Amino acid sequence: MILAAQAAAETPGFLSPSGVEIVFLLVGLVTLGAAVVTVTTRQLVHAALWLVVALGGLAVEYLLLTAEFIAWVQVLIYVGSVVVLLLFGLMLTKAPIGRSPDADSGNRPVALGVALAAAAALVWVVVDAFRTTWIDLDGAVQGSTEVTGATLFKHWVLPFEALSVLLLAALVGAIVLSRKKEQER
Amino acid sequence: MNDALDVAVRLLIVFGLFLVLPLVVGQTEHKVMAHMQGRLGPMYAGGFHGWAQLVADGVKFAQKEDVVPKDADRRVFQIAPAVALLPYLLVLLAIPIGPSEGAVGQVVDAGIFFVLAVMGVGVLGSLMAGWASANKFSLLGGLRTAAQLLAYELPMLLAAASVAMAAGTVSLPGILNAFEWWWLPWQIVGAIVFFVAGLAELQRPPFDMPVADSEIIFGAYTEYTGLRFALFLLAEYAGIVVLCGLTTVLFLGGWHGPFGADGLGWVWTLLKTAVLAFVVIWLRVTYPRLREDQLQKLAWTTLVPLALAQIALTGIVKVAIQ
Repeated sequence: MILAAQAAAETPGFLSPSGVEIVFLLVGLVTLGAAVVTVTTRQLVHAALWLVVALGGLAVEYLLLTAEFIAWVQVLIYVGSVVVLLLFGLMLTKAPIGRSPDADSGNRPVALGVALAAAAALVWVVVDAFRTTWIDLDGAVQGSTEVTGATLFKHWVLPFEALSVLLLAALVGAIVLSRKKEQER
Repeated sequence: MNDALDVAVRLLIVFGLFLVLPLVVGQTEHKVMAHMQGRLGPMYAGGFHGWAQLVADGVKFAQKEDVVPKDADRRVFQIAPAVALLPYLLVLLAIPIGPSEGAVGQVVDAGIFFVLAVMGVGVLGSLMAGWASANKFSLLGGLRTAAQLLAYELPMLLAAASVAMAAGTVSLPGILNAFEWWWLPWQIVGAIVFFVAGLAELQRPPFDMPVADSEIIFGAYTEYTGLRFALFLLAEYAGIVVLCGLTTVLFLGGWHGPFGADGLGWVWTLLKTAVLAFVVIWLRVTYPRLREDQLQKLAWTTLVPLALAQIALTGIVKVAIQ
């Protein structure tokens, strides 16, 4: 969404931004900042909590893009479940209060390179795809649950089903893996 | 200007309800529990049957020293109560209590997703408290909270999805508009699953393993004192109000009633919510605490299959009546 914010800033109308666009940019900056802190902080649990801020910021960006349904699903899945799972895992590892000196790995430069490459690719794709697209806030709602559902099940059924099968395979795989361990005991 | 005033009035009303209803539930719990156990409960504060007991408790909490343990992670420790409490205020905004347009704080298009998503965020407060307290009992409480949430979030979502399928919409007022009386037997399994999973998410007895006082003192809230502790307690009671309100709206037809649904719709909503809140208290007095393994077993081997069966039933009936 940061990328989308940059994309929005590069479009012709950026000299006279509307209030929504300004908010969009500001929230984008906060999200980016939280994301950077997430990967640079040395306090493990703080990283997870900053991730909450970053994911919440993304949800707000979705809201500003009128994609209400996606925004709430984002909160439900990522903030409500994925982060809870992360925190659960961190608590099991005795994550210390304060800094973890061994939180850095030697792969830092490589990770930075990969992150920058991924960011560049995403910015390029998003800018290329949505160059002159603007959401008409006064017109029909474009991101409501109804519109999202209709689009998903009319135009994107095949990818949707493929994803479902993939997730089902992962689920079955997880069950198989955890059962195997039980038998070895 | 009129719009701004309208929004301000709605926010004020919801905020007022948010402050009053949890206290009413809390006082009811005091009295109902007492009478079920052959006691009188609070009798002095305020004169008439101790009605001001919780106000007095609030004053007491406000006077207490606000202690942050030395080894705690100060910032996280201090904002945890707010993270636990605020989501319930947001959820209350989206619950419709009457049939008219004006009887809901804010109409949210994807209402079910909104309320369930935001309710899930509240649990982060307990996790933050559990970790940041630098106390092993708190940490254990946090762990149990997380495990419980992970187990019970799924059946809750599935049960809510069943109602959304039945109504063909995910907006809460939309669901109420589509409601017919025969949904009650049709969705009863989903309703029970939703209510039980919600209780577990609130960590109410018999699902209060995360705060089991005989084992881990008070779980994630062990180190809290004064106002911050009061906020956690308030979050629990606000959670009861929200859960009962949601169950009413999703499964019991909200403002629909045998008569007078036009003018007295909000009375029906409040009445059903109150009855459910009484059931919550009743369960606390009646059932012993479930052990951690029993908790997990109940969620994964009973509630999830039941919720899936309810979804299948909803789908079949839905196709049959079309």
